[in-house]
Amino acid sequence: MSAAERNFRYIGAKRRAKEHPRFVSGRGRYVADIALPGMKHVALVASPHASARIVSIKTDAAIAARGVLYVLTGEEFCANTDSLAIGVDTPKVTRWALARGVVRYAGEWVAAVVADSRALAEDAAELVEVEYETLPHVIDPEEALKPGAPLVHPAHGSNLLYQRKFVWGPVEEAFAAAKHRIAFRAVWGRSATVPIETFGVAAQWNPGTEILDIWASIQMPKYPDQAARALRLPGNAVRVHYDVDVGGSYGVKRGIKHTVLVGYLAKKLGVPLRFIEDRLENMRGGDMQGPDRFFDMQVAFEDDGRIRAMKIRAVDDVGAYAGRSPFQLGKPVSAICGPYAIEAIEYEPTSLMTNKTPQEAVRGFGQSPTNFAIERAIDRVARHLGMDRIELRKKNFVRKEQFPYTIPSGSTYDSGDYHAVLDKALAAADYPALLRARDEARRAGRLAGIGIATCLEPSGGNSAFEVLMNPKHETTTWMDSCLVRVDLSGAVTGVINNSSSGQGHESLVSTVLGEILERDPATIRVVRADSLTALPSNSPVGSRMAIMLGGAAAGAAKQIKQTLIAIAAHNFECSPEDLEYRDGNVSLKGAPGKRLGWDQLVEIAHRKFHKLPPGLEPGLQAKFVWEVPTGGGLPTPEGRIQIYPCYAFEAHVVLVEVDPDTGKPSIGKYVCGHDCGVMINPDIVHGMTYGGIAHGIGAALYEKFSYTEDGQLASGTFMDYLIPSSMEVPALAIVDHCTPSPLTTFGQKGSGEAGYLGAPAAIANAINDALAPLGAAIDTLPMSHLAIWETLAQGTPP
Amino acid sequence: MSETLHTVTVEVNGKPRSAMVPARLSLVDWLREELRLTGTHVGCEHGICGACSVLLDGEPVRSCLMYTVQAHGHRVTTVEGLAKPDGSLSVLQDSFCETHGLQCGYCTSGMLIAASALLDHNPSPTEAQIRDAIGGNLCRCTGYQQIVEAVQLAATRMKAE
Amino acid sequence: MKAAPFEYARAGSLAEACELLARHGEDAKLVAGGQSLVPMLAMRLLRPAWLVDINEIAALKFVAIERDAARIGACTRQCTVERNAPLAAHVPLLSQALAWVGHVQTRNRGTIGGSLAHADPSAELPLAAQVLGARLVLRSAKGARTLAAGQFFTGPMSTAARPDECLEEVHWPVWSEKRTGSAFTEISVRHGDFAIVAAAAQVALDAEGRCTRVAFGLGGVGITPLAFPQIAARLAGTRLEDAAVQEAANAAATACEPGGDLHATAEYRRHLARVLAARALRGAHEKAKLQ
Repeated sequence: MSAAERNFRYIGAKRRAKEHPRFVSGRGRYVADIALPGMKHVALVASPHASARIVSIKTDAAIAARGVLYVLTGEEFCANTDSLAIGVDTPKVTRWALARGVVRYAGEWVAAVVADSRALAEDAAELVEVEYETLPHVIDPEEALKPGAPLVHPAHGSNLLYQRKFVWGPVEEAFAAAKHRIAFRAVWGRSATVPIETFGVAAQWNPGTEILDIWASIQMPKYPDQAARALRLPGNAVRVHYDVDVGGSYGVKRGIKHTVLVGYLAKKLGVPLRFIEDRLENMRGGDMQGPDRFFDMQVAFEDDGRIRAMKIRAVDDVGAYAGRSPFQLGKPVSAICGPYAIEAIEYEPTSLMTNKTPQEAVRGFGQSPTNFAIERAIDRVARHLGMDRIELRKKNFVRKEQFPYTIPSGSTYDSGDYHAVLDKALAAADYPALLRARDEARRAGRLAGIGIATCLEPSGGNSAFEVLMNPKHETTTWMDSCLVRVDLSGAVTGVINNSSSGQGHESLVSTVLGEILERDPATIRVVRADSLTALPSNSPVGSRMAIMLGGAAAGAAKQIKQTLIAIAAHNFECSPEDLEYRDGNVSLKGAPGKRLGWDQLVEIAHRKFHKLPPGLEPGLQAKFVWEVPTGGGLPTPEGRIQIYPCYAFEAHVVLVEVDPDTGKPSIGKYVCGHDCGVMINPDIVHGMTYGGIAHGIGAALYEKFSYTEDGQLASGTFMDYLIPSSMEVPALAIVDHCTPSPLTTFGQKGSGEAGYLGAPAAIANAINDALAPLGAAIDTLPMSHLAIWETLAQGTPP
Repeated sequence: MSETLHTVTVEVNGKPRSAMVPARLSLVDWLREELRLTGTHVGCEHGICGACSVLLDGEPVRSCLMYTVQAHGHRVTTVEGLAKPDGSLSVLQDSFCETHGLQCGYCTSGMLIAASALLDHNPSPTEAQIRDAIGGNLCRCTGYQQIVEAVQLAATRMKAE
Repeated sequence: MKAAPFEYARAGSLAEACELLARHGEDAKLVAGGQSLVPMLAMRLLRPAWLVDINEIAALKFVAIERDAARIGACTRQCTVERNAPLAAHVPLLSQALAWVGHVQTRNRGTIGGSLAHADPSAELPLAAQVLGARLVLRSAKGARTLAAGQFFTGPMSTAARPDECLEEVHWPVWSEKRTGSAFTEISVRHGDFAIVAAAAQVALDAEGRCTRVAFGLGGVGITPLAFPQIAARLAGTRLEDAAVQEAANAAATACEPGGDLHATAEYRRHLARVLAARALRGAHEKAKLQ
C-alpha cells in the first residue's frame, strides 16, 4: 500500500526540503561559522608514536610564542575532568582527550595550545617539546589476542574488551545433520563515513550565569549529559545549541573528547574558544574510524539450498580506546540472519583493542559489515551447490505471510515482502539483458559480473544492545519528542531537540504536522531547542527519526487537534464525536454552517479563558514524548532481545566489469529495490539511499585507514584515503516498494542507512561473479585495484 | 616576531574589498573569517575535496590553494554572489532545491560554483560532462545522483528562459 | 593546517623574479599555480622563508606554435593549453596528457611549468615532456640555459634547476611527419588522481604504414618519468605488429625500477607498465593510421 493509497495529503508527495534555501544561498550556519567576540583558537600536539611513555613535556617556548594564551597537557586536564563514558564493562579502559603518561596511538593528542588564531596556535604547537620513550605496540587484531601481546591498556589486563558466544537454536544439531557445510573468512576494511566537514566545537563559559554554551558539529545521543559529567558540571550548566548545521555525519560526529577539552579550556581561561579539526587531526586523532572486522563464517545447508544454520565469529578492532564502538557488534544481533528464515544461529562477537585511532559509530552501526559477510555466505553457498543465487535467496527469504516473524536472536521483523522487492529490482535492471551484457563481455575476453545483495536495515531502535552487552547499562528506552506551538497569529511551530546533518528533519516534522493538522507544511516552521530547553531526544542515530521524531510530531499534533475539537465542542455544547475537523476548522457534522475556524479557535485558546472548556490550559501547545515501539524489554539469559522495531529491506543488483589486465573495476548498471514502508518525503529517502550506495561503493573498492607496521596511519589525507567522486559512482536507480510497518504512525520505517547496508555486499558479489570463470575469489574489502589484480594473478591458471 | 602585512584589493561578489593580510592567509580563510562570507566551506585544506571552490575571474578554483595576497587585483565570486541581482535564487540554485541536490549542504557551495562555471561554458552538457565538471568536488550525502539531475534541470530551464 | 609564516613577493617581471631568487637563494620558493606547493606548505612539509609569486608575469603566459616546436610560457595555465585547438593538432600528446591531470579547478590554476618543476614522477606532464624530449628554458639573473627534459628531471620532486633559476618556457617538439599519432593512458585509483602507472607514446608512419619514428615512456615506475629511446628505436621500420609492440613494452617494463606504496606494489607497477606501454603504443599507432 503506497502513501497515495492511504489518502495522505502531504506525506509521500514531492515536496522541497525546508532546509535547502539557506544552504544553496550560502546561509547555513555550521560550527566553523560561529564567531564569538574575543574568540581564541585551539591547535593540538599529537603523538608521533603508536605506543610510548611520555617522559617529559616542555611548554615554555610555546607559551612564550606570539599570540599564545595557554598550553594544556594531560596532567592538568585528566586531574580536573573525568574519563569519558565507556560502553562495555571495562572500567580500567579510561579515556581522556589528552594523553597522560602514555600515548596509545599515533596521532593521539598530547597537548592543546590556545592562541589568537589557528595559525598562531599551530606555530606554537610545533614548539611544544615532548620526549617519548617508545613502547611495544600491536596493530594486527589477531596478534593483539595472543598471549604476550603488548597491552594497549595494561591496567585492563588484556586487549579483549568484549566476547560472548550466543547460541540461538539447535546450531550443533543442524550442522551435524546438514548435507553441506562451508567455512570462509570475510574481511571488512577499516573505513568510515568521513564527512566533508570535520568535527568542530565552539564553547563559552559565562561566570555570571555559570553556564557553558556549546556549539558543535554533533550527532550524538546523551551528548550534553556526557559533556557535563566529564567536566564535573551539573547537567543544567551545559547548554548545547542544536541550531548548528552539521556538515555530514552518518554516525561519526561524536566529538565528545573535543568538547570536554574545549569546554574545560573555555571555562578555565574565561575566553570563548573554537576548535575546528583540520583534516590531518580529523583522520589521525579525530577518533572517527569505523568497524575493522573479520568474520569467520560457517554455513550448514541442504541440497535444495535451504540453509539450516549459520555460525558467525566477528572480531572487531576498535583501536586504542572503547567508547560506544564495541556496541557496533551488538546491533547486528537484531538482524543476525538477514532476510532469511534460518532457524539456528551462533554468533560470537569479539571486540578488541590495538594501537590504532579509535573507532566511532558508522552508518548502520555494524550492520553493513555483517550484511556483507552474510551475503558473501549466500553467494558462496550458491556457488557450492551450482545453484542460481536469486533462487537460493528466494528459497530462504522470510515469506510475506510469515510476518511478524521472530528470528532466533529474539527480534521480531515487523513486515516485508522480500520476494516482491527483489523481483522489482530485477525487472528494473532488466536482469535478462544484464545477463546477456555480462556474457557478451565475457565472450569478448573481459571480466564481468553481476552482484546481488538482499539486506535488512533495522531501524528506530531502543539501544538495547547496551544492556545486552553490559548488564550494568539497563537501557530500555530511546525516546524522542516534539513540542508543537500554535501562536496567537495561528502560525504553527514545531520544536525539535537535536541538530541535523542533512536528514531533513525540518522537512519531516513540517510535513507530519501539516498532515495531522491539515495545514500547509510550507507555512509551518521548525526550530531547535537547546539542551536546557529541549525535551528528551536521542539524536538522529540508527535510522530512527522518521519513526521516532515523526511519531512524536504526529502525537503532539494530534493533541493540538483534539484540543481544538474540545474547544469547539464546549462552545457548541455538543460532544466531540459530533464534530468534524477539516483544514484546521471544526464544524458540526451535517451542519457545515455551524463552524469555528482555525483563527477563532486559536484566539479562544490564547485569549478567551471564558470560552475554554474547564480544565484545559490556556494557550495552544502540546508536547509528545514517544517510546520506541516494541521497546522496554530486557534480554533473556540466552541473549534474545528485541532492539529495533522496524526492518526496511533493500535488494541491490549491479553489473561490474573488471579489466583483466589491470584489475581495475568499473561499475555499470546499478539498481536498488527499496522498501522502507511509507515514505514521508520520497526525495529525501532516495537521496539518502543514493548517498548510502556511493558510500558503500567507497567501502567496497576504495576507502581504508591503512596502518604501517610501525603503527603510522598511511592514509591520513584525502590523497590516500580515497572517497569516490562523481566519476566513480555511476548513475543509480532506485525502485520503491511499500510494505507499511504496523508499528508506526503512518507505516513508515527508517531509511537513513539505506543503500550503505547492501552496496558493499553487492559490489563484492559482483566482483566475485566476474572472477568466477577464472576460479578466483576475494572476500576482503576494500577490493582495491591491487587486491583484485593479485587475486587474478593467483587465480589465473598458468 | 610579527608577520609582514600586505595590502590587497579584491573584487568580491562585485564589490571592491581591501584589507591588510599576512602572506600565509589563504583566500578561503580571508573570505570566511575576515569578510564573514561563510558560505564557502573548508573541507580538507589540501586541494582535494572542492568544498572551498570559488570563481576567480569567472573560473572555478580551490580557494584553499591560494593565498589572499595572490587574489589582489582579481575578481572573486562566492556562493553568496550566485543569486540573481534581486537576491532571489538563481536557476541553478533553485534547481538544486527542486531535485534535492543536497542534504547537509556542506559541499553544496562548491558544487554550485563548479556547475555554474560548467553551464557558463557549455549550456547543454551531457551527463558525462556534468560528472567531469563536478569530479573535483566530493560529496558524502547524495551519491551525486540528484546533483547531476539538478544541473541537467538547470540547463534545460536556462535554455527555456 | 596553516602554513608556517613566510615573506611574500609578487614579481612583476621575470627579471624581478630572477633578482629575488638571486637574493634569497635556497630560502625562496617560486609559486606558480600552487596546486602542489600550497598543500605542502599547509602541511608544513616545506617552510620557505620567501615565496616568490610569478603568477602576474604576463610574459610567462603564452602559446606560440613554430615550425619545430610549440613554445609555451612556464606560467601558462593548464586550462589555457587544454583549450588551445591548434596546439592539440601540433602537440596532441600534451592535450591528451592534460585530460588526465587533476580536475577543472586545479587545471584552471595549475600551470605547465609548475607541474614540470614539481617533478612528481607519476605526474602526467613530466611524462609527456620526457617522451617528446621537451626542452626547458631556465632563466637566472646570470642568463638563460636550456635543458632537455631528460636532463631536467633528476629524481622524485627534484630537478636540475638551480635555486636561482626560474623556468621560463617549454619547447614541445612538433613532429613534422604527416602521419603522426599519439596516445596517453594511465591507471589511477580514481579519476584525476596521480597515476599508479602512466604511459605515453607517439608514433609516425610513412605512406606504407611503416613506422618511421617512435617515442614512448612510462610514469610512476621510477624516480623520474622514463622514456625509452633505445627500445623505441627498435620499432622503427616495423609496422608495429602486436608482437613487436608487446616486446617493446616488455623491455620497457623490465628496464624500469618501480617502488611500492599504499596503492600498488612494485610488482603490480611493473605489470601495469607492461600493459599500459603496449596500450599507449597501440593507441598512438591507431591514431597515426587515421592520418
